[in-house]
Amino acid sequence: MAELVLNVNGARMSVDAPSDEPLLFVLRNRLNLTGTKYGCGEGQCGACTVLLDGRATRSCLTPVAAAANAKIITIEGLEQQGQLSAVQQAFLDEGALQCGYCTSGMIVSATALLKNKRNPSDDEIVTAMNGNVCRCGTYPRILAAIKRAAQHGAEGASQ
Amino acid sequence: MSARNEFEREFFEGGSWTPPGGWQLDRRGFLKLFGGGLFVGLVSAKAVAQEAGRNFGDHALPKDLSAWLHIAADGQVKVFTGKVEVGQNIRTSLAQQVAEELRVAFDSIEMVMGDTALVPYDMGTFGSRTTPTMGPELRNMAGAARQMLIETAAARWNADAATLVAVAGKVTDPKMLRSLSYGELTRGENLVKIVASDDPFTPATAWKIAGTPVPKAQGRDFVTGKHIYPSDVVRPGMMFGAVLRPDGFNAKLVSIDTSAAEKLPGVTVVHDGDFAGAVAPHRLDAQHALAAIEAKWDVPAQPSNRELFDVLKSGSGNGFGDRGQHTVGSVAQAMETADVKAEEQYTVQYIAHAPLEPRAAVAEWDGDKLTVWTGTQRPFGVRDELVQAFGIPAENVRVIQPDMGSGYGGKHTGEAAVEAARLAKAAGKPVKLEWTRREEFTWAYFRPAGLIEIRGGARRDGTLVAWEFHNYNSGNAAIGTPYNVPNQIIQYHSANSPLRQGSYRSLAAAANHFARESAMDSLAHGAGMDPLEFRLKNLTEPRLIAVLKAAAEKFGWGSAKSTPERGFGIACGTDKGGFVATCAEVAVDPATKKVRIRQVVQAWDSGAIVNPDGLRNQISGAIVQGIGGALFEQILFADGRIQNASFGQYRLPRFSDAPQIEVVLVDRKDLPSAGAGETGIVGLSPAVGNAIFAATGARIRSMPMAPRTAAPGQPETVFKS
Repeated sequence: MAELVLNVNGARMSVDAPSDEPLLFVLRNRLNLTGTKYGCGEGQCGACTVLLDGRATRSCLTPVAAAANAKIITIEGLEQQGQLSAVQQAFLDEGALQCGYCTSGMIVSATALLKNKRNPSDDEIVTAMNGNVCRCGTYPRILAAIKRAAQHGAEGASQ
Repeated sequence: MSARNEFEREFFEGGSWTPPGGWQLDRRGFLKLFGGGLFVGLVSAKAVAQEAGRNFGDHALPKDLSAWLHIAADGQVKVFTGKVEVGQNIRTSLAQQVAEELRVAFDSIEMVMGDTALVPYDMGTFGSRTTPTMGPELRNMAGAARQMLIETAAARWNADAATLVAVAGKVTDPKMLRSLSYGELTRGENLVKIVASDDPFTPATAWKIAGTPVPKAQGRDFVTGKHIYPSDVVRPGMMFGAVLRPDGFNAKLVSIDTSAAEKLPGVTVVHDGDFAGAVAPHRLDAQHALAAIEAKWDVPAQPSNRELFDVLKSGSGNGFGDRGQHTVGSVAQAMETADVKAEEQYTVQYIAHAPLEPRAAVAEWDGDKLTVWTGTQRPFGVRDELVQAFGIPAENVRVIQPDMGSGYGGKHTGEAAVEAARLAKAAGKPVKLEWTRREEFTWAYFRPAGLIEIRGGARRDGTLVAWEFHNYNSGNAAIGTPYNVPNQIIQYHSANSPLRQGSYRSLAAAANHFARESAMDSLAHGAGMDPLEFRLKNLTEPRLIAVLKAAAEKFGWGSAKSTPERGFGIACGTDKGGFVATCAEVAVDPATKKVRIRQVVQAWDSGAIVNPDGLRNQISGAIVQGIGGALFEQILFADGRIQNASFGQYRLPRFSDAPQIEVVLVDRKDLPSAGAGETGIVGLSPAVGNAIFAATGARIRSMPMAPRTAAPGQPETVFKS
């Protein structure tokens, strides 16, 4: 067990956890941030994606100790003062979910993509998002939502 | 919305909250809990006859009142149903229908779903039954409530009820220019209405809320991570569980040593017969404890993929027995005179539902009372499993189903619920059990594998004369043919499945459509006819013809010829009240034989559309899910073990597999609404197979059609995906 200090969604949080415990379980079970989901435990589905210093990262494969010096952003940290992020709003506007279990990981992955590439092509979106599985098959709408968010982000890029 | 939040807080954060009036809410309990207002329920026909025309006070409620709609003094409406939301959007579409009949805003409806202590008994959410059965049931109650509110206003005003109208949550008297909101009408009242089933519905042509693309209820909670799925439920003092799994199917426990695991701090080890598991304060601790248990299993010899289809066929008796055989005319005679013949065998492998949220449950005992939060399509079925497992009365068991991470027919059972309850009982604390992906792949159940044998015959002009269809094991959903054939034999043969199998989106309709529509394509080709023309020649069902024409028109069927690199395929079918036609464009790389589905146009008719946006989402999703079973999904198994029990080994449809999809909706406002969650999947695989044939001349008769490597015992296909 190790006393670790994590920077999660802009807040410092200290947790007592084995240093090799996956960040996913620390977030979900020790910090009660259940928006990040378990899907496969092997980095193949993207449901557990969080931002680590802005990079989309599979929290199921990340030992918590490896995240101790990083800025961690989870799905719960994207909303600012009650305002949805452009990606969150675009997912709502496009109805880009069915059961919604993949949605957190999709939104976080798309957020990282749009941070690197303001106006990605369809092919670039597919390549960047191909590690995220939507078993309900909502891919075409998710693609549309990411393009909508890119447009919105470009319009409000000053912030 | 505040009422909704308060209500949910009682379940998820309320600690020891217990419904008033006992674990299972009785009618008095409802009145106490919701503080009066208007209740609407269904009773048996006998009780209706006895009580006709009467309203009930609290004291006089019939005992068999079985379903509820409640309007509170603030005008908020609660609707109680045993159906569950698993991504198919019924929380939204049912609320739309209630809002429509009740004449209230969509936002004033709260659906209380899948909580066995609060909702009337329900068999489960499957078979595309919610829209055709629960929809009318709730509309019926809403219509009765509306009528009662009008009568209540009439009594208050001493007016003629026939002169009053209900609109926008109010009863209005147009002549006297006065109105009362539903909340005002129900305030301080304990009104109960029983429903006769003959109240007329608002016709779909007059719908204002139903029939429109209302966004998903509580959608914001899903994009912010706030929605609580079954695996997210947390209870005070909750521990984590893990269950020891056998080395293979049908294994017997030979020996077990739990002593090392028992020495671990904070760990409770459970061992009872062949069941063993561990409970610990943290998830990893429970898994470590499990790893410290030494167990030896005896796994018997059992079939693998290699023997699969022989086993399915040999287990089915003599093959032409009397079990449900449908016979018309004489296939044997008709085949002799047929000019064009097809005798073909089709196979489908087992596939996994792979819901992104694996089975999960949180179990909590309070004395001999048990509450379990779990993801299931059958909360009452799971309750019955718990009753049986623990020998406690049904009224002591409460199953709560938070809207879950999908099912597709794969979560009818309560394994995780029973296991969590066993562990919680031993630990004396609430226990969460989350199955791993490997467990979900191994210890849940599969879409059945199947073998289908077909003989078909047609005259040179394309008229079908004979059709014989045998399905071994996969199932009899949509086993019949929608085409006009004067001579038919159709039969389902049950078999001894080597793997545990169960329901899956569309059941066997996907396999039966794959085989039938591929064989129809063969016959069309044999007769030298365009596959669309051939189908139209043999169909008279107007709804099927309409979707075929709609899909073909949108796709531009016939405007381009297939080439070796690019093939076009078409298929159609019907099941569970839905009619579907699918056109697919497939690209085939002549060198690598890599297949990619480029475009799909699917036309769909399921009667009056309740929510066109939700419907498009379902149909489009069914197409994408169908790609997996069509091209690459397959369970590989040998020696009682699943050999590809992970997402790294079991390929799922991804972004790069999704074609351009166009959904053409045929809205039949003159017809009752049918369910649409399943049948949208059946057209994809035959349309794709027929497109591959059109491009290459190769007819692929086994699903998956383009796997990385063929399952043992399955003919190697040259195509890859």
